[in-house]
Amino acid sequence: MEIFWFIIIAIVLVVFFVLDGYDFGAGIIHLFYAKTEKDKEVIAKSAGLFWDSNEVWLVAAGGMLFMAFPTFYASVFSGFYLPLIIVLWLIIFRAIGLEFRGQFDYQMWKDIWDKAFGVSSLLLALFFGIALGNIVRGVNLGGVESGVSIYEGHYFFLPLWSSSFSPLSESPGVIDWFTIIIGLITLVTLAIHGANWIILKTNSSINNKLKTVIFKLNIVLSILTIFSLIVWQDINPNSLDNFIETPFLMVFPIIYISGLAGLFFIKKLKKDIYGFICSTLLILGGISSSLASIFPAMLPSNNMVNESLTIYNTAAPEYGLSIAVNWGIVGFILLFVYMIIQKRLMGGKIDKMDYGH
Amino acid sequence: MEDMIFYDRLQFAFTITFHYIFPQLTMGLSLIIVYFKGKYLINKTEKYNDIAKFLMKIFAVNFTMGVITGIPMEFQFGTNWAKFSELTGSIIGQTLAMEGMFSFFLESSFLALFIFGEKLMGQKLHFLTGFLVFLGSWGSGWFILATNAWMQHPVGYEILDNGKFVLDNFSSLFSNPWLLPAFLHNQFASVTTSSFVISSIGAFYILRDKNLDYGKLLLKTGVVFGLVSSILLAFPTGDWNAKNVAKYQPASFAAMEGIFETEEAGAEIVLIGQPNMVEKKLDNKIAVPNILSFLTYQKWDKQIPGMDKFKKEELPDNIPALYYSYHIMVGLGTIFIGVMGMSVFFLWRRKLFNLKPLLWTIMFLVPFPYIANITGWYVAELGRQPYLVYGLLKTSEGVSPTVSSGNTLFTLLGFVAIYLLLGLLFLILVGKTIHQGPKPQIH
Repeated sequence: MEIFWFIIIAIVLVVFFVLDGYDFGAGIIHLFYAKTEKDKEVIAKSAGLFWDSNEVWLVAAGGMLFMAFPTFYASVFSGFYLPLIIVLWLIIFRAIGLEFRGQFDYQMWKDIWDKAFGVSSLLLALFFGIALGNIVRGVNLGGVESGVSIYEGHYFFLPLWSSSFSPLSESPGVIDWFTIIIGLITLVTLAIHGANWIILKTNSSINNKLKTVIFKLNIVLSILTIFSLIVWQDINPNSLDNFIETPFLMVFPIIYISGLAGLFFIKKLKKDIYGFICSTLLILGGISSSLASIFPAMLPSNNMVNESLTIYNTAAPEYGLSIAVNWGIVGFILLFVYMIIQKRLMGGKIDKMDYGH
Repeated sequence: MEDMIFYDRLQFAFTITFHYIFPQLTMGLSLIIVYFKGKYLINKTEKYNDIAKFLMKIFAVNFTMGVITGIPMEFQFGTNWAKFSELTGSIIGQTLAMEGMFSFFLESSFLALFIFGEKLMGQKLHFLTGFLVFLGSWGSGWFILATNAWMQHPVGYEILDNGKFVLDNFSSLFSNPWLLPAFLHNQFASVTTSSFVISSIGAFYILRDKNLDYGKLLLKTGVVFGLVSSILLAFPTGDWNAKNVAKYQPASFAAMEGIFETEEAGAEIVLIGQPNMVEKKLDNKIAVPNILSFLTYQKWDKQIPGMDKFKKEELPDNIPALYYSYHIMVGLGTIFIGVMGMSVFFLWRRKLFNLKPLLWTIMFLVPFPYIANITGWYVAELGRQPYLVYGLLKTSEGVSPTVSSGNTLFTLLGFVAIYLLLGLLFLILVGKTIHQGPKPQIH
């Protein structure tokens, strides 16, 4: 039952990052490459039409995590207090940018909200990556100092950074050089994903240029990926154990690698959707590989005193979990049905679509 | 420790108050939009459709605000109330997750279709998407109220040795006697807010002699919806809720009614007065004898326990705030019935559109249903104190053990700054939409 809910929540999270990921990415591309007003508008629109129905997946993931793994939810949300609240602020700023840019027709107004949209998209991508980095690196559960826990064993609190910025120190902060690398990987991945989305959904004048951008970013991503794998071994020597014990799990890194490989042929791909599928594979492969490597832990402990938070020691009791399966399956199917209806009705290029005002 | 709870409570109170400005409008407005859209389907008069689409623009702005201020609510259970989440998550997580999966999804997916898809889908499907938006928003209300009802009056649980609450009866979450009265009261309150908003826009157009056809239609519909919903608010739903509080939270009942001392036979109802917490009495009191006993139990001389019957730690920790919230809510509710009743009367006499003083009154009353809604929620939340889960889990036991008050104050200040900006932009945007007004369909 725990595994069932773990998988469902993981799927919802992946869908969230695939969907909201493209509008984060569109924001990043918008910030650096959109020069003419026409391009700026259409790129903002490619995110603005969809962001709120994409973000409901985050709410759904949060709700299910709360229901199925309440101890994990409590520990992680309070432990990462500051970065999470900052993420909330960024989500708000991004939404304001998208919703307000078109409201008044003068350039300065639009420029302000374009920057809000672009910068907060970029920071969100970075922060979500840093969060993933924290999850795989693990934290000082229980806030252990010289062998003694200062909190209950499943609680912790992380400052934004520690003075050494090192993931290997006794109690690392949220931001250290390892989590920054994972943050950059996420940033580049989502930028690629967003560029693919823009190519797929719009007739912007930079579509051709974006293919070159994707190609270059993909080189950067490959280098970062290899580098992160090497340092990961330093931080968590057991990170490959799961893959050795259960070779089936290798499918996740292979998904990632095939996405990476596919994107090197971005200029030769016959249909725009293929590029988008490749970056979707990157996101799917990246998240699933990370989760698979620490499974059954969801948050590893960095000390010997307290055990890691796993899907077993943080789950709600059996009765609640099994009764939730009944409505969970119905809800889960509905989510996909809604999504498909919406994407079909709003399929194709969006340049001509009315943006509400 | 005290300090820490203070900022956590203040942050939650601030963010939820600001958040609830928006859903209370969208829930009621979605019903009114469905009404106009349905009316258009039946008699094919274009102006009904124009109004439905105009109101949907206002709805959309409010919905966006609701989403971006709502995500922080879900997060704060974990960030600031971690212990509470850990102990009760396996129960309230059910209703909160269902809210996200069933209602919020429904609402946001079909909202986009309603706004962008009219030409694509044809009128019948367009009505259907509007109806699904309504269903989604009321569904959200239902699940959130189910969560709150469990905190007010916990049912279907078992407490383990480690203090964790465990669900042992799923369906009782929805048959909770607290839920239905609270839900209906809340929904009629939100219809009242929406009625006042559209009446106010209508009055504004008539007074400015602009968009006159639309203005009259908005005002007419608004006052009728407003009268019906504000009467239903008082009776039966308000009455029903008060009886629930008297039955399940007698200490809160005494505090919100301002009964310091138990009377031998029959409790008076306090209309006006200021709680004096030092001398434990009401200053400048105006009260009518025996009415409270009659309203609550239909017996003139039934004894109702006052605050003197309860230990200090069982009583809500901010009695004056609870007392004022309750009396402001009830007072405003009474005024609403009066104004809406008068408006409907003059509508029937065909004089409403020329009665300037009444039109001005309606226009300027628009903030007050918001205040009544929010003070109503303060009654529920302050009344539940000092508990998070009534009688079982204290508020001070639910807070995050590792988040320091300095960090909470920092984020609270951040929220205040951002929400100020957000509120300003919201007003500009709604103002602009109202200024532009409904537009006839161009064929």
